[in-house]
Amino acid sequence: MSEEIKLMKGNEAIAHAAIRCGCDGYFGYPITPQSEIMETLMDEQPWKTTGMVVLQAESEVAAINMVYGGAGCGKKVMTSSSSPGVSLKQEGISYIAGAELPCLIVNVMRGGPGLGTIQPSQADYFQAVKGGGHGDYKVIVLAPASVQEMADFTALSFDLAFKYSNPAMILADGVIGQMMEKVVLPPFVDRLTKSEIEKQSPWATYGKPASRKPNVITSLELESKDMEQRNLKFQAKYREIEENEVRYEELACEDAEYLLVAFGSSARVCQKAVELAREQGIKLGLIRPITLWPFPTKLIQSYASSSKVKGFLAVEMNAGQMIEDVRLAVNGKVSVEYFGRLGGIVPTPDEVVEALKAKFL
Amino acid sequence: MTTKDIIKPENLVYTKSRILNDTPMHYCPGCSHGVVHKLIAEVVEEMDIQEDVIGVAPVGCAVFAYNYLDFDFQEAAHGRAPAVATGIKRLMPEKYVFTYQGDGDLAAIGTAETIHACNRGENIVIIFINNGIYGMTGGQMAPTTLEGMKTATCPYGRDTAINGYPLNITDLLVKLEGTRYVTRQSVHNSASVRKAKNAIRKGFENSKEGKGTSVIEIVSTCNSGWKMTPDQSNKWMVENMFPAYPIGDLKDI
Repeated sequence: MSEEIKLMKGNEAIAHAAIRCGCDGYFGYPITPQSEIMETLMDEQPWKTTGMVVLQAESEVAAINMVYGGAGCGKKVMTSSSSPGVSLKQEGISYIAGAELPCLIVNVMRGGPGLGTIQPSQADYFQAVKGGGHGDYKVIVLAPASVQEMADFTALSFDLAFKYSNPAMILADGVIGQMMEKVVLPPFVDRLTKSEIEKQSPWATYGKPASRKPNVITSLELESKDMEQRNLKFQAKYREIEENEVRYEELACEDAEYLLVAFGSSARVCQKAVELAREQGIKLGLIRPITLWPFPTKLIQSYASSSKVKGFLAVEMNAGQMIEDVRLAVNGKVSVEYFGRLGGIVPTPDEVVEALKAKFL
Repeated sequence: MTTKDIIKPENLVYTKSRILNDTPMHYCPGCSHGVVHKLIAEVVEEMDIQEDVIGVAPVGCAVFAYNYLDFDFQEAAHGRAPAVATGIKRLMPEKYVFTYQGDGDLAAIGTAETIHACNRGENIVIIFINNGIYGMTGGQMAPTTLEGMKTATCPYGRDTAINGYPLNITDLLVKLEGTRYVTRQSVHNSASVRKAKNAIRKGFENSKEGKGTSVIEIVSTCNSGWKMTPDQSNKWMVENMFPAYPIGDLKDI
């Protein structure tokens, strides 16, 4: 049977992919530019087909705590929001990371700070990859650059979340959420059965049988020495994730003298910028981090250490956030510059090429 | 005759529920929490639902409730227990899900979660310990602190011009279509303990029928926070708390 190609928004693709990958529950609160995720789910009524629960919560705070409750039962649960709403979820995300629960959080970013704008932005990079909430924790962050990746990363995020008992985030932006592209949706996968959940997540609170001690979902350890041990365990897990789960895409990097580093919508703009620069004889390539945490540090290090590459340009729809991770990787070996637009403006490929010339040529 | 000769099943006149484990409680002597924990354990044992109960603990003195009750538990962030319980119950509707919350947790930081869980008629039991003070953090003012009552953050007594009025949140919950059973009980003498136990049992039985939220407020003492002996605090509660928070069923459909 040939693959069925559909045309839809990135937000809609996430909703369909969630139903198809056996998601047990979605809890959310409307906010532009991602409301189509819950709208699509409510329209699809998956509780009548797969049994997936979809609930509109009274707030983003409540929604993330509903996710905590569901995840604590070993269920595949998710929430979605946009920047101001994701700020509200940070308390819950910290607790979820502290209790080592798997879940998916989608952030379709808009311009900030504050109420900001409903136009696309990438200004929540720091919040997503450096923690966001309180305490030493990490969230696995995937940055889709197409509607297809919105669909693909939904199932992938759940896989990674369960593999490491850790929250995973899809960090998209208003462009990826709102634009329509063709997409091949993933095949339907059954939701986990009770016995599969008990096998996969023996720590979960699915009701204590006589055969085991009570399971407790908590992030609390009053004894400092116990809390330190818990933290060391987290850090060991994070190092494992950094070792195993780095994902990226390279475009025209082989002979490149200059490298753009960009994720999500910015990377789409940069694809065209590479083409334009090459037409002008500039040997330009693009590194697109797909996982923002773990960041492709080693890849960037290797290019920085090569004799070919003379400079990096971080292109972001923010005031320069990812550039810090690029600079840490490059470690002063070559020049690292920034170009970006703020407050909901998407840069054009020409602007990127002009910025490259102005900084390096 | 030795002690060994006396310890026989036929001589047993009282024992704690096996659901209440042997971990020494951290609660102050005279605190109501221990009694309410015991009642929950007895109800769970008598209904034979140990395998089907999932508790949600609060932030507050009862943060460690899961250390004493032998069934699955989740520890929620401060005030978020009704949202956590919603997530659990919606995904595992066959389970008995309850929250255990203090006045700060339920009626201050978690007011929205409380009202909306009740308004949706989540089929959960909310056990609400109202002692008019923040016990765990050292006796600060609670939303339910009485007018004139002294706490660490209103050392000259709650002044309604500054702090507003004692929040009778249970009365508000009565008005919501989603609540099915709303009651206010206490555990300061044997008669009240028996009534409170019946109320808790009724809440758990209700949740199985899927007809809405059961809210059981237990007007309680915090003799440490109130700076009284346990006996004095029981008397003070009857004289001062009960007029503001009258005991009895408020709604039973």
